Amino acid sequence: MSGAFRVSGRGRVDTARPVSFRFDGRTIRGYEGDTVASALLAQGQHLMGRSFKYHRPRGPISAGSDEPNALIGVGEGARHTPNLRATQVEIHKGLVTVSQNRGPRLNFDVGAINTWLAPLFPAGFYYKTFMWPRGFWDKVYEPVIRRAAGLGKVATAPDPDHYALHYAHCDVLVIGGGPAGLTAALAAGRTGARVILCDETPELGGTLLSDAHSRIDGLSAAEWVAKAGAELKALPNVQVMTRCTAFNYGPHNMVALNQRLTEHLATPDPAMPRERIWQVRAAEVVVTAGALERPLVFEGNDRPGILLATAARTYLNRYGVLPGKCAVIVTADDSAYRVAIELAEAGVRIAAIADLRANPDAPVVAEAKARGIVVLPSTTIQKANGNLRVRSVELAPVADNGRVGKGQRFVCDCVLMAGGFTPSLHIHSQARGTMRFDEVLGVYLPDRSVERLRSAGSCRGLFALQDVLDDGAAAGLAAAKAAGGGDAERPAPRVTDADAPGAGGFAGALPRRGLGSLALAFVDFQNDVTAKDVKLAVREGFQSIEHIKRYTTTGMATDQGKSSNVNALGIASKELGRAPQRVGLTTFRPPYTPVTFGAFAAHARGDQFDPLRLAPADGWARAQGAVFEDVGLWRRARYFPRGGEDMHAAVTRECSAVRTAAGIFDASTLGKIEVVGPDAAEFMNRFYINAWTKLGVGKCRYGLVCRDNGFVYDDGVVGRIAADRFHVTTTTGGAAGVLNMMEDYLQTEWADLDVWLTSITEEWGVIALQGPKAREILAPLVDGMDISAEALPHMGLKEGTIGGVPMRLFRVSFTGEVGFEINVPSGRMGAVWERIWAAGSPHGLTPYGTEAMHVLRAEKGYLIVGQETDGTMTPGDVGCGWAVSKAKPDFIGKRALALPALNAPDRPQMVGLLTDDPRTVLEEGMQLVRAPEAPAPVSADGHVTSSYYSPALGRSIAIAMVKGGRDRMGETLYAPAIDGAAIKVSIVNPVFYDTEGVRVNG
Amino acid sequence: MLLIACPYCGPRAEIEFAYGGEAHIARPGPGVTEEEWAAFLYLRDNTKGVLAERWRHSHGCGRFFNALRDTRTDRILTTYEMGTPRPDIKEGEAA
Amino acid sequence: MARSMAEGMIAPDTALVRERQSPRYVLQGRAPALQAAGRLLGLDDAPALLRAATGAGGTALRLGPFELLLLPQADDPAGIEAALGAVPHSLVGVSDRNVTLTLEGPWAARILSGLCPLDFAEHAFPVGMATRSVLEKADAVFWRTAPHRFHIEVWRSFVAYAENGIREVARGITFASLAI
Repeated sequence: MSGAFRVSGRGRVDTARPVSFRFDGRTIRGYEGDTVASALLAQGQHLMGRSFKYHRPRGPISAGSDEPNALIGVGEGARHTPNLRATQVEIHKGLVTVSQNRGPRLNFDVGAINTWLAPLFPAGFYYKTFMWPRGFWDKVYEPVIRRAAGLGKVATAPDPDHYALHYAHCDVLVIGGGPAGLTAALAAGRTGARVILCDETPELGGTLLSDAHSRIDGLSAAEWVAKAGAELKALPNVQVMTRCTAFNYGPHNMVALNQRLTEHLATPDPAMPRERIWQVRAAEVVVTAGALERPLVFEGNDRPGILLATAARTYLNRYGVLPGKCAVIVTADDSAYRVAIELAEAGVRIAAIADLRANPDAPVVAEAKARGIVVLPSTTIQKANGNLRVRSVELAPVADNGRVGKGQRFVCDCVLMAGGFTPSLHIHSQARGTMRFDEVLGVYLPDRSVERLRSAGSCRGLFALQDVLDDGAAAGLAAAKAAGGGDAERPAPRVTDADAPGAGGFAGALPRRGLGSLALAFVDFQNDVTAKDVKLAVREGFQSIEHIKRYTTTGMATDQGKSSNVNALGIASKELGRAPQRVGLTTFRPPYTPVTFGAFAAHARGDQFDPLRLAPADGWARAQGAVFEDVGLWRRARYFPRGGEDMHAAVTRECSAVRTAAGIFDASTLGKIEVVGPDAAEFMNRFYINAWTKLGVGKCRYGLVCRDNGFVYDDGVVGRIAADRFHVTTTTGGAAGVLNMMEDYLQTEWADLDVWLTSITEEWGVIALQGPKAREILAPLVDGMDISAEALPHMGLKEGTIGGVPMRLFRVSFTGEVGFEINVPSGRMGAVWERIWAAGSPHGLTPYGTEAMHVLRAEKGYLIVGQETDGTMTPGDVGCGWAVSKAKPDFIGKRALALPALNAPDRPQMVGLLTDDPRTVLEEGMQLVRAPEAPAPVSADGHVTSSYYSPALGRSIAIAMVKGGRDRMGETLYAPAIDGAAIKVSIVNPVFYDTEGVRVNG
Repeated sequence: MLLIACPYCGPRAEIEFAYGGEAHIARPGPGVTEEEWAAFLYLRDNTKGVLAERWRHSHGCGRFFNALRDTRTDRILTTYEMGTPRPDIKEGEAA
Repeated sequence: MARSMAEGMIAPDTALVRERQSPRYVLQGRAPALQAAGRLLGLDDAPALLRAATGAGGTALRLGPFELLLLPQADDPAGIEAALGAVPHSLVGVSDRNVTLTLEGPWAARILSGLCPLDFAEHAFPVGMATRSVLEKADAVFWRTAPHRFHIEVWRSFVAYAENGIREVARGITFASLAI
């Protein structure tokens, strides 16, 4: 026997297989099939944790996922997971668990002083108490509260396990494997529909596994579950997943399931994912989420040893564990009587059943009385005594007028609460379902949903087992039909010896004698919200249940109000003097139970978090020891340090090489689009601000794209390959956006045009060869092509081959030097690059990275879209007014560019800046003002967009956008620095180097 | 994640699509007034109820199309090809 | 399968192989252009939407209403242009843009379900179906060439990401996963 409270011959644990695990350093023995909670209860230990705010000693009230109290930490080191429900954690050999939020020990907690200070912590106390002095919040209040409140601690080391995420598709998804879920899955499965049945527990059956009384088709409930499970398993179209929680219902029937694969195993296969998320797209969903028993709200209702009656029944019939030796039962419905009888049979002394109702008269009540159990009608529980464990209770009569009489003390070591059943509406609510209040049952039921789902069984207020089984079968068949399935024999199990349904129930705080102003009667155990807190919120003027929820935090813990929502509603309804249906229920948020971040991240971690796009010369650059930077998803070489150079030294050397000899640069990441068709030129005319009709074949032109608001969107060189074929380039970051914008206008505005677009970004690798020696290096390699300045002038384009590899050769420059962009098929670019590298080395050819590229272009005053522009700059602002075609009847941006506001003289204009001190390099983003000493606020005249040290000029340079800047050449401005004096600058022409533009034509 | 019926490819998951804003907004020519141009650029209905909107099956066939979606429920009543008029369907009528 | 099964094995009897470069073209145009391209390959017509068809001259994948991905036997763009003649169209070579991965074996469909939201059940994604979709955060073309074989194309710079993603999903695929 593993534990003094274990009864032989009951429960589904495997007593032939003892299992040891650790709890707070102690070795605990249980059996295979136990949870941490059942194994501890078998030892007589109810105390499993301390509460969030008051550090109250707490034990489990439930036996499932609705558990608010018994939250424990599981696993060691990097595998530690906090805040798991002891009622769900399955034990296995070597399992290590700890209690939480206790200090220093579970049975001695200095933080428990908070329980005596409870009057200081009423609802909303954060808002009231810690308002001043202002600075105290960060330094005093928050750290203290954070230390005192809270639950478990997360592991800080990287997670050593791996997780998975999969999509799945089915006709019918059944959420919950209890009685209704089983008949639903059977009914749908028999039609041949693709069915997925998931259940959060390790076994199918739900409440049937705790039901030792009912018989179905002549079998015990558990035997019937085994038979139904076997039939489901034999259906190839039905897939059953246990330990799998439906935690989020997304739009259009996309339901997320969290499947836990390794947690229950002592030595899982390392290749096994720890958890897997299934994103299930279901044509139809059947929710059979069941109902949750409500706790009762009375003073001391959180003492360890006080639990729900159904939980006690589950511990007895599923785990063979007794909740104590002597029980008091407090009930508002008939269901608790069967529990009392079964516990009595198992050897528990039932001190009394206090029934809140005046005349309980169901047959099961008579059966209990016949066994000699004391039944006290019209009786409430006034209070529970004890600290680490309940020791006694006071039961008191309630008169017809509601007045509570004098209490009588009953000694006991456990109290079972039966407050009635709350249909579980979480999944329905997540599916944006509405709810309606059922006057007879006194609870909310699912009403309508915008999704294709139906609820069946006790989650829609049916509590008699026969009704539940029938409802599940009907819903399963209806769902299969709605998903397009055929007919099949509907399962029709017959129930005998069923208990009376759990009609009745109580919502709110139990009546009590006296004011009890200091009494702590908990509504939300997990967030330590008391009945008084809810009352106080109403007294302070909160009317809406949504506001009461946020002010008191009731229902906002990780259990999302599973045990508390209806009682909070009952209290608020009474205090507001409004019927519950006029108070309403709050929305239930996902997740149904917490899900680990590892499961959400799944495969997307480390290098797989985002695609890392590698350019064709990436391997070469790595071999050269390049330093890289991320540009969007691309990895690009930033500079190529030699012999311990820092970035400044490397960039200076690279820039000088390009200006004096030649540089080689991987420009493959530039976006490229092939625009082809008889109407290609017409399309280009409409899309770009420039004119294209007269661009000859074999010529290139710099093109600018505006949006219809007149602001610059992207730019790039465009080459005309043939009359009906353009090779368009875009910025690296703009590639996808420009193609999408082109498709947008083409498909929606100009669908009559015969022109088509193809992304060729990755078809062509691009080697930029730039510098005065570029031609000399390239000429011998291009298979007889004449690339002299006459044959291929600046902005010329030729097709040919380079070492037999097809090539589109663009004579273009982003450096101001003679430049070529050699486009070759990307898969063969590496070989071409090596040939150029070999040929260029004797000429001083030097690889350069993105940093030198930026400096070289800034020396020439070439803009970078996204650096000089910010989505509010016109072509004129950035000095490209010349590009705007005057002749075209229309193009994107034409109307907006005619607006007076976009042509005002004080528009920001792109200018150069020189600091007084040539060594001072401005910060990009610095604001520019006329009078730095003027009192704040000072309006800025502009800002710095690019700033570098220029090796060619031997001094710092900057580009800025300045109001009316082109007419302010020579004017002085100041760039206020965060520390130190404002920096004096002069406005100059943004072309700093080779202002006449001679070199590019060399 | 929405399930969107591309008129060409059938029902597909939302991550294959890009949203394109309100549909049936004709782009005026360059001769319109400033006010008309501003309305074209910026004025939208912000419908509570059935909205005609543009989507692009950007990670599929690449085509733009229109959808009638109820903004209160996310229910998509129908989808239809670019260039065809808005179908006369009201909420509650669609299958 | 022509090659040894030991090559690129990532799950029981399931292999991932990166194919060598081969000719491919994007052909876009209205119905007559697509039809002419189909005939050139030896087909009666262009394949139906989201279907691939193979003739004597090669394979065409109908990825959109106005788009074919052509995988011709011979790399002869001039021949294709000649066959299309004056019919308005756009033919663009993408032999180096795309890289083909072949995923073959009994776990192939299940592995793809960890990367792509499409339903890879055979009734929903039959042999001969071809479509563009996503492979985690990359674009990809999926073409089912046999019940347990997929031809997958991704852009060149995404190949390492795609292969690593497929391998990562394959790890542990045999444990408690749903049948597709």
